[in-house]
Amino acid sequence: MSAKTVLNYIPKKSVIHELTGTTKLAFFLLFTFASMLTYDTRVLVVLMVISFSAFFLSKIKFKEVRGIFLFLLIFLLLNNFFVFLFDPGHGSDLYGTEHILFYITKRLVVTQEQLFYMVNLTMKYFVALPVAILFISATDPSEFAASLNGIGVSYKIGYAVAIALRYIPDIQRDYQAISQAQQARGIELGKNERLWNRLKNSINILLPLVLSCLSRIDTVSNAMSLRGFGKNKKRSWYVKRKYTSKDFAAIAFGILILIFSLVVTFHDGNRFYNPFV
Amino acid sequence: MNKFSVKTVVAIGIGAALFFVLGRFVAIPSGIPNTNISLQYAVLGLFSAIYGPIAGALIGFIGHTLIDLSWGGSPWWSWVIASAVVGLVAGLPSKKFGLAEGNFAGKKVIAFAIVNAIANAVAWIVIAPVLDIVIYAEPANKVFAQGAFAAVSNSITAIIVGGLLLLAYSKTIAKSGSLKEED
Repeated sequence: MSAKTVLNYIPKKSVIHELTGTTKLAFFLLFTFASMLTYDTRVLVVLMVISFSAFFLSKIKFKEVRGIFLFLLIFLLLNNFFVFLFDPGHGSDLYGTEHILFYITKRLVVTQEQLFYMVNLTMKYFVALPVAILFISATDPSEFAASLNGIGVSYKIGYAVAIALRYIPDIQRDYQAISQAQQARGIELGKNERLWNRLKNSINILLPLVLSCLSRIDTVSNAMSLRGFGKNKKRSWYVKRKYTSKDFAAIAFGILILIFSLVVTFHDGNRFYNPFV
Repeated sequence: MNKFSVKTVVAIGIGAALFFVLGRFVAIPSGIPNTNISLQYAVLGLFSAIYGPIAGALIGFIGHTLIDLSWGGSPWWSWVIASAVVGLVAGLPSKKFGLAEGNFAGKKVIAFAIVNAIANAVAWIVIAPVLDIVIYAEPANKVFAQGAFAAVSNSITAIIVGGLLLLAYSKTIAKSGSLKEED
């Protein structure tokens, strides 16, 4: 229940929701790798069309995830700003030509190549966004462990992820309780304290939190040992669903996307699509 | 992978949850605008020292991935991998620390400080910027500046906060050989 608030699961009836968690995880990873490896603008445009159409298929409304889009937009703007500030000539270095548009200062020259490079960089991150949102919002977190196991990760690691999702709300509550109790004693972490005192005060809050986590580890691992966790090489999952033809189609599509993007990107031996030559 | 003890599995899960809570909800202003002290790397150093390199790497990896996913985007893998490297390197000497016996003092404290400084330096000055350049083709001077800042602030947090936490924690464990027969 509470893990759902962490990852913002939005239950709906749609084709995307009907796919198994394993399929969505596999598709998400294939798609992310495709978008990470390519720098080819044409591939990025195709990927963007695919990921936005998948988003519409899921029936998740834009306003339900608007906050995420805004946050990432600010992040990307800031990142682009720093990329430009640190190296305004990076685009020209990558594409090998220089078409100057205008000067801001002597060093900060705006070139077509730089703008094109920054558009690509932004798209590279942005194309994966709808698929990431789909993966998070259309997958029941209780299916996570089974999904990880489904793509071949050891079930023990899957279980560790499930435990993390299960205990995040508990630890968050503990943190708030401890932090408020310490603030009542006059221990501050905010801007009114000096940096050194902030670090020292953080220990007063972290120590009880860490100790309670360590004792929780003992309790939980004892309970799991008593139930014989980890005795067998495999385990079954309550939430695991049968694959349907849609699942196989989605995974095949994901693999095709990855192959397509690799072929188009690297067939001429260069990762970048260069419109300037 | 199947050699994990139950305790390690749980430690990875709870460690990642703690890493997530500190990284996602706790922001201590560092004094430089828009940058915060990342307390999660202090806890990562501590858990790696107790539970070893593989647990440390997985705590960093899972915790960081969950933070990125909860912001809604796809994870920034280069930095996620760097977090895993911090846990991995910081956990290498965990057997030598022998925290189960609770004798954490003197040379071991210095070793903890050094290994955390190395872990953060390797992760943020080498791994993260190089992967940023390989994957995202970002300008070198930008990613190395970011990395250097992260390395300095994270190692200071890990050494001071993590070290003091570890000292306090080791005092709560009954030391081996602390019981003596009465004369």
